[in-house]
Amino acid sequence: MKKQKLAVIGNGMAGIRTVEELLKIAPDKYDITVFGSEPHPNYNRILLSPVLAGEQTIKDIVLNDWDWYKDNGINLITGKTITEIHRTRRELKTNTGEVFGYDRLLIATGSNPFILPIEGKSLPGVISYRDIADTEAMIDAAKLYKKAVVIGGGLLGLEAANGLKLRGMDVTVVHVMPWLMERQLDEKAGKLLQASLEAKGIEFKMQGQTEALIAGESGRVAALRFKTGEQIPADLVVMAVGIRPNTSLAEKSGLQVSARPGGIIVNDTMQTLTDPRIYSVGECVNHRGTAYGLVAPLFEMAKVCANHLAEYGIGRYVGSVTSTKLKVTGVDLFSAGNFQGGEDTEDIVLSDPMGGVYKRLVIKDDKLVGACLYGDTVDGSWYFKLLREGKNVAEIRDQLMFGESNIGDVGHEGNTRAASMKDSDEVCGCNGVCKGTITKAIKDKGLFTLDEVRKHTKASSSCGSCTGLVEQLLMFTAGGDYSATPKTKPMCACTDHTHQEVRDAIKAQKLLSVPETMKFMQWRTPNGCTSCRPAINYYLISTWPKDALDDPQSRYINERAHANIQKDGTFSVIPRMWGGETTSSELRRIADAVDKYKIPTVKVTGGQRIDLLGVKKEDLPAVWKDIGMVSGHAYAKALRTVKTCVGSEWCRFGTQDSTQMGKDLERAMWRMYAPHKVKFAVSGCPRNCAEAGIKDVGVIGVDSGWELYVGGNGGIKTEVAQFFVKVKSAEEVLVYTGAFMQLYREEGWYLERTVHYLARVGLDYVKQKVIEDAANRQALWERLQFALDGEPDPWAEFDKARVDTRQFIPIKAVATAAMKEAV
Amino acid sequence: MSTTFSVIPAKAGIQTVSGNASLSVAGLTTADGLGSRLRGNDKNPAWFYVCKFDEIPVLGARVVERSESEGGNVAVFRNSENVVFALLDKCPHKGGPLSQGIVFGERVACPLHNWSIELRSGEAVAPDVGCTKRFTVKVDNGDVFVDLS
Repeated sequence: MKKQKLAVIGNGMAGIRTVEELLKIAPDKYDITVFGSEPHPNYNRILLSPVLAGEQTIKDIVLNDWDWYKDNGINLITGKTITEIHRTRRELKTNTGEVFGYDRLLIATGSNPFILPIEGKSLPGVISYRDIADTEAMIDAAKLYKKAVVIGGGLLGLEAANGLKLRGMDVTVVHVMPWLMERQLDEKAGKLLQASLEAKGIEFKMQGQTEALIAGESGRVAALRFKTGEQIPADLVVMAVGIRPNTSLAEKSGLQVSARPGGIIVNDTMQTLTDPRIYSVGECVNHRGTAYGLVAPLFEMAKVCANHLAEYGIGRYVGSVTSTKLKVTGVDLFSAGNFQGGEDTEDIVLSDPMGGVYKRLVIKDDKLVGACLYGDTVDGSWYFKLLREGKNVAEIRDQLMFGESNIGDVGHEGNTRAASMKDSDEVCGCNGVCKGTITKAIKDKGLFTLDEVRKHTKASSSCGSCTGLVEQLLMFTAGGDYSATPKTKPMCACTDHTHQEVRDAIKAQKLLSVPETMKFMQWRTPNGCTSCRPAINYYLISTWPKDALDDPQSRYINERAHANIQKDGTFSVIPRMWGGETTSSELRRIADAVDKYKIPTVKVTGGQRIDLLGVKKEDLPAVWKDIGMVSGHAYAKALRTVKTCVGSEWCRFGTQDSTQMGKDLERAMWRMYAPHKVKFAVSGCPRNCAEAGIKDVGVIGVDSGWELYVGGNGGIKTEVAQFFVKVKSAEEVLVYTGAFMQLYREEGWYLERTVHYLARVGLDYVKQKVIEDAANRQALWERLQFALDGEPDPWAEFDKARVDTRQFIPIKAVATAAMKEAV
Repeated sequence: MSTTFSVIPAKAGIQTVSGNASLSVAGLTTADGLGSRLRGNDKNPAWFYVCKFDEIPVLGARVVERSESEGGNVAVFRNSENVVFALLDKCPHKGGPLSQGIVFGERVACPLHNWSIELRSGEAVAPDVGCTKRFTVKVDNGDVFVDLS
């Protein structure tokens, strides 16, 4: 098929990001031509301020060098401007008169700085702050002149002022409002910011209305006059009073453009309202009435646009929540959402003017809707996450102000503050990645998303407990407008659908196999990947027990071989010991198997069982047969151990027979696959020797019955289980536990532990479904019985459990006759 | 005559993919797409019989056992398009047994640390870097052979 022609007007971050996304998913679909009026390859505009401040060079901030265009077969035309779009002929005309045809067009012309319509605005020495040329002009001016005036006390203006000050100029910031960055900060934080910039030597003229710029003898600007008549000297004037979407070309071509706040009007697939062959992304766009001036939304747009250009057509852009961070070294400032609050919101404020710390959290309907942080911004990314996810914060409200570190985390030496870590400090304990490695990768490779950091550094790609730290590093290194993980996350790179959407489709359409699901949901890859295939397989068997057949090839090796793979390729075997009890004959059989199969290590597990380590794969079936015990599912996303204390049978303090309760629970629910591993514990009295507080379901016997706790976790992040319900009888313990488990099985996302499931849906919701609604509880319990009825022991009933026994038989290659003859 | 028939014992009744229209399994191909034709640089292939094609699970693998002195185990994969591939059963990362990994598209994910390896070339998928030795495979009349030379 002949390639279509895609023309991209604008060689900036949004346009090129779209091209990158497109090349990832449909590399051969288009012949791509990019037009850029600046004589540079694509660079990171956000980092112009560190360049001005002398902390980085132009070379450091290039995102795609010339070779990148060449390597990807992109025709790059710089230094020329497109002056006309002939839409009916589908042609572009440059300022030098050349004509280019297109099949699809992408307009990414970004924005222009707003120039105050005042006398003297065009004098030499008056510039805006937008691109490399402006930055270089400022650097040059700082060598020759002394007095600089920056008009505009917003993000860009302050970064310019800081840079010019560092380059030795005397800088005055003129701002028309009573406090700085009024669109990002409330008054208190704005005043604190002003004080700290004053301490750096920058002067301020607040509520200053500029009337005119006055030329000196040389014809260059020499002074600025206010409406009050007051005059201040100025050899360099930087206008940073805001940006306007650059839509002149679009307007001229008859594309519909919004009057206020400006921008080419696009739909949710980033196509212009007027002409579906023309797409637009970035700061020049108006989407649902909003024009964005930060990077994160641009990247989300780019993804959707590329998706549509590739004709996948399933992605939609639905708007972004943005956050801001000022890139002035030594000033920590963060804001996001509706930080000003309103009539129906509540504020939590921490104010320490002497210490230079001010934090304001705005809450509405138990949800965080805005945050404004000054002086201490380490929790910015965490607040931003809570805000984007619209999480209910009622339960953590009293600790909210003190940050995520206050909520407990282990495994990083208790370190939760990325900013204060040294470059040599380890961030990712699983893969041994230090802070320096991550920040270097973010800078050198121009990374913006968590996924990119994971791919390039491996940090946060294993257990994920350092994800918060990595997000903080991204925020600090790439700037506040790093591309935050979107709140509806696709399952994996094979699809744009979320876990929930896949679950829903499997249920609504009665999909029964992995290929059928992928076909229905238009998977981009032929048979998925290691993330989506196991997830889909679980959703199928949990949604349609008995109807959907388990697919062993969509399971991780442990669940395919029914044993845990070890680093040397051998396996470990953990038989089930009901409630942690065993007998002399079981122990004798285990001991004999250990001798017979020369099993190198025998270890007692934390879950009151015995682990045989170093079993060869071909010995597995024989070991299982010899020990004559059922699978402990220690390798599976399924019910693992039920830990018990000895209880009233022996213990002088015991109030209930916890061992029997544990055995009954285990007998009722073993063979139960779940979104993630599941652990229970039963203690016979509140001394809680079985450690029920850190299990998915913990049961504690008291004199008058049993207390149930749910959502505990002793792993990556220790989570204490929450009180669920108190019941009188052992029978009720079974039903309530089973009903909760079934709800989790039906609604949990794959690899979501109960604690995370509860955090997502809320404990109240689960209580309502399981405790208050008795009929629903019974129905859940019955569905669990139905699902588990007749489920096989995978260590004995190979056929029924769909265990492919060929895997246990290694092949000895046989020389062919010709080979034998040759020998 | 091509070298093809010198390595395939005619008496065993094995015929080449290209030479036989009555295949028991439709649409069989080998990783290099050469059928039984050999690469120009493989002058002295050592074809070993592995198993029946049907004995390799779809989206799965079988292990051909070899001692360390012989070079170690070889993993023989089959993907959903019924293409057969063979790689040394060792991930270039930390030596994980690739045969135990999940097969998808033309890749396998190592079961130890989830590196993705291209089945066709043995190369690790970027940004990981490394390469596993690959072996030439052929399928003849439902029999799978691998060149262990």
